[in-house]
Amino acid sequence: MGKYIIRRLFDLLPTVFVVAVIVFIITRLIPGNPAAVMLGPTASVEDIEKLTAQLGLDQPLYRQFLDYLGGLLQGDFGTSLSYNQPVVQLIMERFPNTVILALAALIIALLIGIPAGMISAARQNSVLDYGVMLVSLLGVSMPIFWLGVMLVLFFSVNLGWFPATGMGTLDDGWLSYIKHLILPSITLATIPMATFARITRSSMLEVISQEYIKTARAKGVAEFWVISKHVFKNALTPILTVLGMQISMLLGGAVLTETIFSWPGMGRLIVDAIDKRDFVVVQGTVLFIAIIFVLVNLLVDILYKVVNPRVNYESSKGGGQ
Amino acid sequence: MSENLLSIEGLDVEFRSSSSTVKAVNGVNLTLKKKETLGIVGESGSGKSVTATALMQLIPSPPGKISNGKILFNGTDLLTLSKKEMRSIRGNEIAMIFQDPMTSLNPVFTVGNQIIEAIRQHKKLTKKEAKLEAIQMLKTVGIPEPEKRIDMYPHEFSGGMRQRAMIAIALSCNPKLLIADEPTTALDVTVQAQILELMKDLQQTNDTSIIMITHDLGVVWEMCDKIIVMYAGTTVESGTVEAIFKNPLHPYTWGLLESQITKDVQHNEKLPAIPGSPPDLRKPVLGCPFVDRCPYSEEICHTKKPEFIEVEPGHFAACHFQNKTSRLEKKEGMFIG
Repeated sequence: MGKYIIRRLFDLLPTVFVVAVIVFIITRLIPGNPAAVMLGPTASVEDIEKLTAQLGLDQPLYRQFLDYLGGLLQGDFGTSLSYNQPVVQLIMERFPNTVILALAALIIALLIGIPAGMISAARQNSVLDYGVMLVSLLGVSMPIFWLGVMLVLFFSVNLGWFPATGMGTLDDGWLSYIKHLILPSITLATIPMATFARITRSSMLEVISQEYIKTARAKGVAEFWVISKHVFKNALTPILTVLGMQISMLLGGAVLTETIFSWPGMGRLIVDAIDKRDFVVVQGTVLFIAIIFVLVNLLVDILYKVVNPRVNYESSKGGGQ
Repeated sequence: MSENLLSIEGLDVEFRSSSSTVKAVNGVNLTLKKKETLGIVGESGSGKSVTATALMQLIPSPPGKISNGKILFNGTDLLTLSKKEMRSIRGNEIAMIFQDPMTSLNPVFTVGNQIIEAIRQHKKLTKKEAKLEAIQMLKTVGIPEPEKRIDMYPHEFSGGMRQRAMIAIALSCNPKLLIADEPTTALDVTVQAQILELMKDLQQTNDTSIIMITHDLGVVWEMCDKIIVMYAGTTVESGTVEAIFKNPLHPYTWGLLESQITKDVQHNEKLPAIPGSPPDLRKPVLGCPFVDRCPYSEEICHTKKPEFIEVEPGHFAACHFQNKTSRLEKKEGMFIG
């Protein structure tokens, strides 16, 4: 297992390189000169040229790329053109906010989605099952921007229960902090919650008809334990796969949710950076998200082994299931 | 003669779908005494497994439903018990092993874990005590190095060993009745013999009664005291093994016996088979369910259901003509498919 993890960590390098190349090319394809955007419409041509040279953007592309790559190798993601701050610092300011929102959303999604899927599977074709499936269908198809706005309209504007935007600080006390968190995390949790409910249901239904479930019942095991122990553990593999994808997406920053609620996270950082043609920040954040994707996937692969003893990563060919 | 341990009277099991109702088991009767082994034989879909599953009350419901009958076990009608009371019987007094040991053990728990679960379900033991008992059970069913094997997963066991582990689970609470649903069908022939031998030994030491569901008449001859022959959800013949093998009364039983490989069968010779297929159970069967495949059927067979009557002491059959000796003469070579 240890060897496997080390090998997978080495796999990070080519992934990061490829992502770096792609992001570099794409950011250069976005029309608009960062210097012009930064200086505004009234700037003179000389000023723009001066700033362009200062930012090193007058260099040939391959030169810019090599500089960028050289920085990466030293752990330097570059310095933001618009914030004039190291990108790493910018990310480290925003990432904890994204993690908090993502964790809150994930907890809501798991605590509601998985039990709902389990109940649905245990009572297949009952009214309860149809109800859960209908709600989860609505959940996966709900446009986030619409849901977020509706929640704000109802709970903030009409009822005044929760603040409409922003992230509270702990200086105002826990209650305020949590109040700020509730609407964005519910908005962000909706799609993962519905996805968990659906994948849990279908994965459990596949297991329920297996012979070993009949064995468990024939032993006299109570139905609650048959479902929550024997069926659920066997149904976990596909749920883990979805969990991994959802975690990566949540940690990558929820662009829509963060924009609606003015949440100072990674998603907003990227959107702002694109607006300002701040190539360095875009490159840095996308690369960072790519690394998170790879690490979360590695974690999920390790968890596969934990829930399913038949998974063997030590085989001669190695890798994958 | 001792009291019956089990007696099933007039058992009906139906499966309903939106468009039709299938009567999978239709008026089955059987009795079983202590230490006795009963074989239930019949082709696929004849209702053998459904009968056994109904006995455990593990029929998936919906769509399945026990619509009629009594299942008396030790004098109590199992069908009147609450879910909780039934659970205390399942695995404890009545245990079951299944056809395919490759799929009947849970792949994500160790074998030990699964035996311990069965033990602790019904006995008040600590985990440690239950583990010691589980090791003892593995030893009893002939698994070498049980202390090591107990922490292994099912995929690390061979097919024969898995079936032994299943038997260990089933016998861990000393059940009075063991239902074995084709326990050797999925195993190699040599392993089959070992498993049957093991079951026989354990039956002797634990005074267990066994219901053996199979379509292998060799297994029946080897293991059973008496047989019921099922066809299309009904019992067509029942009696002692000797009576049925020596003097089968129902044309379907003849067919079953003839389609076995014996040492008289020549190489490359076509085995006798029963032509046709069982009736569609979605439609009510008016007369004898075997009528369309029976070479001796007459007018009455189409219109009247034959009663299940005692032809000789302890030997029952459901055929209108079981006493006609003339039919027996015709028997020679009748089922050449």
